[in-house]
Amino acid sequence: MASTTPADTPPAPPVPGPGSRSTGRLGDKVFLGLSKGSGILLLVIMASIAVFLSYRSVIALSDNEGNFLTTFEWNTAGDPPVFGIAVLLFGTVVSSIVAMVIAVPIAVGIALFISHYAPRRVAAPLAYVVDLLAAVPSIIYGIWGALVLVPYLEGLNSWLDEFFGWTYVFEKTEIGIPRSLFTVGILLAIMILPIVTSVSREVFLQVPRMNEEAALALGATRWEVIRLSVLPFGRSGIISASMLGLGRALGETMAVATVLSPNFLVSLHLLNPGGGTFAQNIAAKFGEANEFGRDALIASGLVLFVLTLLVNGAARLIIARRKEYSGANA
Amino acid sequence: MAKRIDVSGLSAYYGSHKAIDDISMTVEPRSVTAFIGPSGCGKSTFLRTLNRMHEVTPGGRVEGKVMLDDENLYGSSVDPVTVRRTVGMVFQRPNPFPTMSIFDNVAAGLRLNGSYKKNELAGVVERSLRGANLWDEVKDRLNKPGSGLSGGQQQRLCIARAIAVEPDVLLMDEPCSALDPISTLAIEDLISELKERFTIVIVTHNMQQAARVSDRTAFFNLAAVGQPGKLIEIDETDRIFSNPSVQATEDYISGRFG
Ligand SMILES: Nc1ncnc2c1ncn2[C@@H]1O[C@H](COP(=O)(O)OP(=O)(O)O)[C@@H](O)[C@H]1O
Ligand SMILES: [Mg+2]
Repeated sequence: MASTTPADTPPAPPVPGPGSRSTGRLGDKVFLGLSKGSGILLLVIMASIAVFLSYRSVIALSDNEGNFLTTFEWNTAGDPPVFGIAVLLFGTVVSSIVAMVIAVPIAVGIALFISHYAPRRVAAPLAYVVDLLAAVPSIIYGIWGALVLVPYLEGLNSWLDEFFGWTYVFEKTEIGIPRSLFTVGILLAIMILPIVTSVSREVFLQVPRMNEEAALALGATRWEVIRLSVLPFGRSGIISASMLGLGRALGETMAVATVLSPNFLVSLHLLNPGGGTFAQNIAAKFGEANEFGRDALIASGLVLFVLTLLVNGAARLIIARRKEYSGANA
Repeated sequence: MAKRIDVSGLSAYYGSHKAIDDISMTVEPRSVTAFIGPSGCGKSTFLRTLNRMHEVTPGGRVEGKVMLDDENLYGSSVDPVTVRRTVGMVFQRPNPFPTMSIFDNVAAGLRLNGSYKKNELAGVVERSLRGANLWDEVKDRLNKPGSGLSGGQQQRLCIARAIAVEPDVLLMDEPCSALDPISTLAIEDLISELKERFTIVIVTHNMQQAARVSDRTAFFNLAAVGQPGKLIEIDETDRIFSNPSVQATEDYISGRFG
């Protein structure tokens, strides 16, 4: 290391041997110390957060009378306390799935339009607007969702109920404002659309010219070029983009809390009001909870954390498995 | 089925920059025609006007006429997608579809056309790979990705992909310039075989290669950098290399410039 970096401080010896590496290399030493130090500091902070959260969780869990994973109840003030994450896990996963199912295809479509269909003078402003949407704070989406989206969705819900009620999922058995997991899913879809679009668009723009020309020269139409060259090249990028969006959807707090009317029931009737998510439940209960209640909420937060880690790990696995086909060596 | 190409008065532009000026030539069916000339004289540009690939470059524009037998490729009712299905192309750098298997790479064009019978596909793929002298090397790993092959094998895979759809014409833009000498020889041998069935146009930087593989040679040149490239002369390859009719051709071939 020391002998390969060019000496930029004047008094450095011509060929610094291993023993003399410190002379005249104060900058190197300081930088090494700083980067080593901050690396260690980061690890220490992460570890202490993990230890702290686990410690508090264990306190709460050891007094829990219910089964933490299967109980449909959140009563931390009772004697004995009974609480479980079943409803939260269900609500979080279901609303995120709804969001992904809606958002990813639309985002990929918009990204393809911007990168491959729109004329340049349309594409640039459109890309800019999409990027701008990503910067809107989530509480704004929440307010908009509650004031505009929810009333608007009543019509859509009746329509879904009428024509797809037989699927059970879209059967609406309770009348009332649709402050449901389905509505939350739609709102989350709108919220993650910009980030999924931006990242996908960036990837689509990086498709090597020669990959696209390979398809063109075979007589591919524009859509066939996309199918043969752009989408295969962009696949891992779409997965990464979706995971970014999913991460946001899983952890979204304010928008969900503003739109959902929570309860502690699990129902596959997605149009009915009710349900809850990890983040929404923490936001709603943290303020007024006693210390034990907070510990219980921390335990649920840990589960959300693990869930996010699992999702990311799965995404990495998928991407790694496709590496052989990625074209890196083409 | 091999067809005759008849170009007249062809110019091509990149935006306002004229890259080639007023080119006319005839390419006979079942022959190999080589394009030679210094860098930037518009060989690639001209080649790409022959399958309407030039116009996919932003700002790309063409004037003039290219007749394939008796059809004008630039006729107002002609769909460029159809043109590219009948005029195949092989690029300078091998570009197999990286996510596809070897088999799917060769089958890609047929699947686009949709005009094949399922039970014939394997036969066409084998015939094309044999045609590209690649079959023996890949027959045991047809479902492995094409990007795992060596450069020379990848280029032959691209040739197999191009000939699988039985084009009328095969265009090659410096197909050996990214390859080692042995792979280059393999491809040159292949070209000599393919000319039995196809009309072949090849751009090459390598004069010996032009002399070895082509029946006719066209020499392009440009007056100065920034000026459009022009066709200086086209003639029998023997003639171009022994006794060209233009002094500039002789200078270029004898290595006095370029
Ligand atoms: N994509 C492009 N955009 C603008 N000009 C281009 C482009 N490709 C080539 N040119 C110009 O067209 C001229 C001919 O280039 P090219 O056909 O690649 O020459 P050759 O293949 O003979 O080396 C050159 O002046 C080059 O700068
Ligand atoms: Mg070229």
